[in-house]
Amino acid sequence: MKRILATAATEFRIALRNRWVTIAVAMMALFAMVLSAAGSAPTGALGADRLSVTVASLTSLAVYLVPLVALLMSFDGVAGEVERGTLPLLLTYPVTRGEVLIGKLLAHLCVLTLAVGVGYAIAAVAAVAVDARAVQGVPALWRLLWSSVLLGAAFLCLGYALSSLSRRPAGAAGLAIGLWLIMIVLYDLGLLAALVADGGGWFTTQVFPWLLLANPADAFRLFNLAASEATAAAAGIGGAANAVPAWQALASVVIWPALALALAIAAFRKVTP
Amino acid sequence: MTQSLEINELTKTYGAVHALDKVSLSVAPGERVALLGHNGAGKSTLMKIILGLIPHDTGTVTVTGTTPGSVAARGATAYLPENVAFHPALTGLEQIRHYLRLRGERTDHAMDLLARVGLADAAKRRIGTYSKGMRQRVGLAQALIGKPRLLVLDEPTSGLDPVSRRDFYALLDGLAAEGAAILLSSHALTEVEARTDRLVILSAGVVVTQGALSDLRRQADLPVTVHVTARSGGKERLAEALPQGRMNGTGVNLRCAQSDKMATLARVSELGPLVTDIDVQPPSLEDIYSHFSRRDGQ
Repeated sequence: MKRILATAATEFRIALRNRWVTIAVAMMALFAMVLSAAGSAPTGALGADRLSVTVASLTSLAVYLVPLVALLMSFDGVAGEVERGTLPLLLTYPVTRGEVLIGKLLAHLCVLTLAVGVGYAIAAVAAVAVDARAVQGVPALWRLLWSSVLLGAAFLCLGYALSSLSRRPAGAAGLAIGLWLIMIVLYDLGLLAALVADGGGWFTTQVFPWLLLANPADAFRLFNLAASEATAAAAGIGGAANAVPAWQALASVVIWPALALALAIAAFRKVTP
Repeated sequence: MTQSLEINELTKTYGAVHALDKVSLSVAPGERVALLGHNGAGKSTLMKIILGLIPHDTGTVTVTGTTPGSVAARGATAYLPENVAFHPALTGLEQIRHYLRLRGERTDHAMDLLARVGLADAAKRRIGTYSKGMRQRVGLAQALIGKPRLLVLDEPTSGLDPVSRRDFYALLDGLAAEGAAILLSSHALTEVEARTDRLVILSAGVVVTQGALSDLRRQADLPVTVHVTARSGGKERLAEALPQGRMNGTGVNLRCAQSDKMATLARVSELGPLVTDIDVQPPSLEDIYSHFSRRDGQ
């Protein structure tokens, strides 16, 4: 545990020096501010409180941004050590590869938590400032916060796994962008196309819900929208929220980080320094 | 006495290439052993196997009585890789503190460690701004953490200036005196001759010889060079008197076996007034090294 914390402290320092903390926080804050400003129009018609509507918008934002930031921070995790030549020495220390990865994960999760925390707080303050009822939306915002951290953890670990597999930062960066495109953008497009083609048949009722759960980003969106009263404000795939019970979505959001961590450790064990 | 490092018939192949072939060697506590060889002779591979970083094919390796790479072995071993590298964004002090924590040591003597390698002034600067020699010293400082029982140092003095090299070997002497076993690799025999107890010469993955320098000198039995300086104007007569020699600028060069040395000198001294000076040059360390490390067919 001491070694994990030591690794985490050093990695956080490196993230701070590399400006990752600044970049991640600034990015989330900027997007949250834009969303708060742009999301002011539809409130009245929906009858929901202002913050719940903001949470729905933030969910759609987080689905794109959190995995992206997580992958950008993690793709260098193992490949960078290999390229700098720091890995052989590190692995002669009495620290296991799992401890190294968990240490990095903790540090990067801190950065991510800080970023989403700041971003969501800005959105919350903006909502409460114009609508006193917005306080009702605080539980939804809290749920969004911790589920965003879990989503980030899943993608951080996937990033480490890609980093271990490619062993070169340039290759790992390519793989990370590819993974993001496939899991966040193309996956949903593919599902939508299949839904349209199927027209409410066997695929829509039997397979589709499982495919939603299989992708942590979709599960994250479903969980937040299903639990929120503002489902109607969401568009696209989010409309399928009712097809899957919230507890199943939550299970997917919780299981994915653990699964991805195991995958990352297995891939890291295969790296020969 | 139990050995700190014991290697028996170790073999490692990469495809069809024998990186290491039936290598056997041991290092006792307090002993300093130098591993010499060309680039690609297998020194780094051997070290990585000792550290448990890469697996081996056959043979046995025991580090302080345990398996290489086990928690106990890693706890007892320190390593200084060739061209050691660190994260450029950290300062020397932060990096050493991190390594202290990983070894479960207190972090408050990080500064002492850096002072021991002469880096106290630069401790709070980022490693990205360090020269190669300074990075090498950070590497050395981390190898000193926690009284290791076995130090594995891969070309530890590369990038160090002559004064730092001397300081470095003085540090090693201190560690060996406290009972640490030291295995270090080098290209240069001249550098390690006086600072190590035993030499192991590795060529194309095979241990061609090992022993103290005096043993190696005897084994190699290389010819001695005797330079005989002629009286002015008497060079031709000297050459006639010593037909087995080769004329050069000031006199004649003779090469003879160690066992013939005295007889040759007696013959030269018989020439009396023809000779003004005699120089006897034993085979140089480089000669001995290349004698042993010659690759097959060369």
